Amino acid sequence: MSKFKKKTDKGLPAVSTASLPDIVFMLLFFFMVATKMRDSSIMVKNVVPEATELVKLEHKNLVNTIYIGKPLPQYAAVYGTAPQVQLGDKFASTDEIPFFIEKFKAKIPEPQRPMIFTSLKVDGEVTMGIVSDVKTELRKSGQLKLNYSAKRKH
Amino acid sequence: MDNELNASSMADIAFLLLVFFLVTTTMNPDTGITVKLPPWSEDDQEEVKLNKRNVFAVLVNANNELLVRGEPEEVGSLRERAKEFIANPNHREDLAEVPNKAIISLKNDRGTKYETYLMVYNELKAAYRELWDAECQRLYGVPYSDDLSIEKKKAVRSKYPFILSEAEPSAYGEEEK
Repeated sequence: MSKFKKKTDKGLPAVSTASLPDIVFMLLFFFMVATKMRDSSIMVKNVVPEATELVKLEHKNLVNTIYIGKPLPQYAAVYGTAPQVQLGDKFASTDEIPFFIEKFKAKIPEPQRPMIFTSLKVDGEVTMGIVSDVKTELRKSGQLKLNYSAKRKH
Repeated sequence: MDNELNASSMADIAFLLLVFFLVTTTMNPDTGITVKLPPWSEDDQEEVKLNKRNVFAVLVNANNELLVRGEPEEVGSLRERAKEFIANPNHREDLAEVPNKAIISLKNDRGTKYETYLMVYNELKAAYRELWDAECQRLYGVPYSDDLSIEKKKAVRSKYPFILSEAEPSAYGEEEK
């Protein structure tokens, strides 16, 4: 009988949290591997069009993004409302694109350089004039692999 | 004696890092329509004479209207027209001789809306995609996909090669700077 009586006065045993760090670390490593740092905040209105013939760009570190769109309201006072090109984290003119491409290329190991994609994230409202200028600059700097960023059409 | 390491703060530290990565992460991969630009050359291109029947000229003007081979057209019917032009199932005199001689010529104004341009590009790509699908279905009994072996993809694509030539846009309807 005394065997069963012993437990009653002890109350609930504490839940062991020893495995909690392991679980959290597991999640942490998952996010560390799956993550790519957001390296620039978008300063232009950027709603990409919808399309059906989409290709996924697999290697995020080989994708170089150029944003084109109208400056967001908080930048409109300085940069106006005409569509602008955003390279990295600042507005730029199209002449700066070759340098921007070279800078990105320098960070990539030599054998992977031919696989670099330039992703154009262009707002749907933008007219083709500025997009053509960007394309011309890309051609001049030998960056021929291009992606028109688009969302899946539902 | 109990000289175990106190690991209770480990969870806190790991949580902190976890939250940091959660916030900075961008999960969705970039998707889009990939194109290969023609290389730039300074000297003038020599003109290539093309048989008119092999050219599928698409013009998108600054009012976002389509002109296909000289007639106004809707975006919705562009895909079917392109497919008929490329495959030419009824051997019509005015459509492409053989699919691999078909050339799509795309021209836009500087004032064309990007959305419209991309929609047109998407339709043209979709036309080829559907032809590849049909051809692949006929040859191998499976729809065309990127997972197929390279030889199979080549075989399908050599029947209907995607040749798209883009002209320099004309300067109509550009927004004022």
